[in-house]
Amino acid sequence: MSNDEILREFLLETHENLTLLDSDLVALEKNPTEKNTLAQVFRTLHSVKGTAGFMGLEKLQAVAHAAESLLNRLRAGELVFNPPIATALLQVVDAIREIMAAIEADGQEGQADYTALLAELDRLREVREVEPNSLPAINAQLVETVAVSIVSEPIAPSSVGQSPPSIATPPVEIPMPLSSPVEAIDARAPSVADANIRVDVTLLDKLMTLVGELVLARNQILQYSTAHEHAGFLGAVQRLNLLTTELQANVMKTRMQPIGNVLNKFPRVVRDLALACQKSVAFEMKGQETELDKTLIEAIRDPLTHMVRNSIDHGIEIPEVRRASGKSAQGLLRMVAFHEGGKVIIEIIDDGAGIDIARVREKAISNKLVTAEVAGRMSNLDIMRMIFQPGFSTAEQVTQFSGRGVGMDVVRTNIEKIGGTVEIESTPGQGTTIRTKIPLTLAIIPALIIVCGNERYAIPQVSLLELLRLDAEQAAVSIEYFHGAPVYRLRGALLPLVFLAEQLQLAAERDSLSDFNIIVLQADERPFGLVVDAVGDTEEIVVKPLQKQLKSTGVFAGAAIMGDGRVALVLDVLGLAQRSGVISTVKKISIGEAKSNVQPIEDTTEPLLLFSLRSGGQMAIPLAEVARLEEISTATIENLGSRQVVKYRNEILPLVDLSRQLDDGVHSPAMDSDTVSVVVYSDRDQSVGLIVGQILDIVHEPIVSRTHTNRRGVLFTAIVQDTITEFVDVAGLIRAVIGPGPAPAEEVRS
Amino acid sequence: MTKPKQFCTFYLGYQCFGLDVLHVQEIVRSQVLTHVPLAPPMVRGLINLRGQIVTAIDLRRRLCMPDPAEDIEPVNVVVQTDDGAVSLLVDEIGDVLEVDDQAFEPPPATLLGPASDVILGAYKLADQLLVVLDPERVVMVGDY
Repeated sequence: MSNDEILREFLLETHENLTLLDSDLVALEKNPTEKNTLAQVFRTLHSVKGTAGFMGLEKLQAVAHAAESLLNRLRAGELVFNPPIATALLQVVDAIREIMAAIEADGQEGQADYTALLAELDRLREVREVEPNSLPAINAQLVETVAVSIVSEPIAPSSVGQSPPSIATPPVEIPMPLSSPVEAIDARAPSVADANIRVDVTLLDKLMTLVGELVLARNQILQYSTAHEHAGFLGAVQRLNLLTTELQANVMKTRMQPIGNVLNKFPRVVRDLALACQKSVAFEMKGQETELDKTLIEAIRDPLTHMVRNSIDHGIEIPEVRRASGKSAQGLLRMVAFHEGGKVIIEIIDDGAGIDIARVREKAISNKLVTAEVAGRMSNLDIMRMIFQPGFSTAEQVTQFSGRGVGMDVVRTNIEKIGGTVEIESTPGQGTTIRTKIPLTLAIIPALIIVCGNERYAIPQVSLLELLRLDAEQAAVSIEYFHGAPVYRLRGALLPLVFLAEQLQLAAERDSLSDFNIIVLQADERPFGLVVDAVGDTEEIVVKPLQKQLKSTGVFAGAAIMGDGRVALVLDVLGLAQRSGVISTVKKISIGEAKSNVQPIEDTTEPLLLFSLRSGGQMAIPLAEVARLEEISTATIENLGSRQVVKYRNEILPLVDLSRQLDDGVHSPAMDSDTVSVVVYSDRDQSVGLIVGQILDIVHEPIVSRTHTNRRGVLFTAIVQDTITEFVDVAGLIRAVIGPGPAPAEEVRS
Repeated sequence: MTKPKQFCTFYLGYQCFGLDVLHVQEIVRSQVLTHVPLAPPMVRGLINLRGQIVTAIDLRRRLCMPDPAEDIEPVNVVVQTDDGAVSLLVDEIGDVLEVDDQAFEPPPATLLGPASDVILGAYKLADQLLVVLDPERVVMVGDY
């Protein structure tokens, strides 16, 4: 903070304190024994004195000091507060005001002479007891002395600045000649105190909430207005729209503070740390004026400190090492803040040694964060991300500042808590850049509205990566099952799918014919696809916390009131990911596995029905999809066009001959026996009979070594009971053979 | 002499319940509920009470009473708590009654079950019992 800023802050603060002093002194006069008020007056004057001394404002310090001494005696009970003392102290207040106004005008304390006031204060301090009848005299004398001191003082042009109390009229006006120049100089530019007021943050929060509500009301009106054609009304709506937007932006601004408020402490931090680590570090800052929400400023303070600490302690080398590697002995640490894409980006850049991938890998293994095998498969970027894992530290020694391994994971957690992200980039030997992205504000966030089970939910846009829409046909082909866990191939990588209805235990049945809406979300740097019923618009919402009755659900971040006045729940993407197992709460297990294309799969094995085709071979389908196993007489099978059906429990059961479908082009033995084995497959309302060669077994064991296959109608092959087994894509086959629609069999691909 | 207390009364079926009027913020007719999946069953959902999001608790379910036989539009009794307003869904709203402290009796020892910890006691009215609920406990749901 520059001197000017400190001075400005001091002026602002003192102006307020003076108003308080005025009323406190008056209160004391009425009730001289009020200890708390007295203490408060003392504190205020004491702090004025302290700051004045610090700033080198001698006059101010002298006045405040004299007043403080007097108060000290009052506080000690050696004197009793009486009207003359009150008057003198009020005059002190005025004198301070005068000096402040002068400082504000030209940085000088002004020409006024306060010796008389000081003498009076000293005299009062020495008075043992004040006779009641002497009061008027002292009072009069006092007014006179002050008046004289001011009148007698030549008014130099620069001292026009000895201006009136520039804040709102103090509760008590002391009759003094001073008041006459007041009006005369009123035309001056507004003082600091006039241009700034301090506002309780809770009031701003309230305003923010109200504006949030107004935005919602505006949205509602906008929705209704589309049904009207009255030009005047539409014009008014348009204006309301614009005004609300502007109001929202401005109210948001009231909570904005320059990030410099946090950054400005770093030069000192860097200096002290560098000294302590015996390193030489130059520090540069850029973008201190970048603004963001006050609550966020508080929230990034600690994470930033930690990252800076890390950069100096671990990143920048000691001078000898730097020289040896051909760098200048002095390291450079830069902090850059700027706005980009509606977010604030803070970069901490050092030109140190960079992150030693090999050592991180080693450490991760020795700290048992990953197994050597997993670590071997991890990409460099993933290895780098390991430093965000709990319990990770590469520092050779635990120093006073870092190396205990409880750092970067906390940094990341804290940044993520406020909807931000941390990225790391590092070039060995050249340095590391840690990039923190945080939202501008938390109060109003853009969110995507989705529908699931007839209820709307909001998903904060920060965690949104992309939207996918698959029509039913595409979905049948491209949604694959990884041992029961649905996945989608998104640009070559497997994206685990999470069905929202399932996670929320909504009864709503998915219509197998409907389109798939996949929302690709990111939780903990791990993408997953959330399958929802429908995707709506993006809306700006005001997130409100849930009451404690609902805290236990763990998948909702809050609730918001939508444009139509109804409440919608806001999904907690992280919570949802945890609930569905996309990210495990015990991070150790899952680290790196997703990136190495091993998808997290549920630990439970599901029972499988094993059967063979007429041509042999072992096939499997999940037992969960099997309704019954039947033996059906071939005589009862009827042909309807190209399709085979059988009367089964008073219904027509369509049949699919798996042998014929799967052994495409290969001669398949005809159904020669009297009866055939039929697996009655049930998918929601639809039942289908699958004609198989022979039912083999029902097993309950893990599937090993699954591989993809090109054989149509087969999801993948794997080893079950030491036999290569093909897993049948029953849903795809059924769709291909008996509809819906004219989907020809050729469409079935694995 | 203690001041006579006023109770906001309401009905679940034929049983009359009461809450100290000082804890009741307002009575609101049936509101559109937003269902909260995974929430305890006694939480019926969320309502928008003039911009405030309020949790609505089904008082029947809270007191382990069966759901009403026929479809009724429940009334919201909005109770003030430390955690903001919470709505209790009741069948029907009654009068505000002024009762005499003399008529109060604690619950009988035979009152057991989950409902017993939210019932403070009852006032013996001329024609029925006014069961008084603990406004702090009645809004507690689940295991927090």
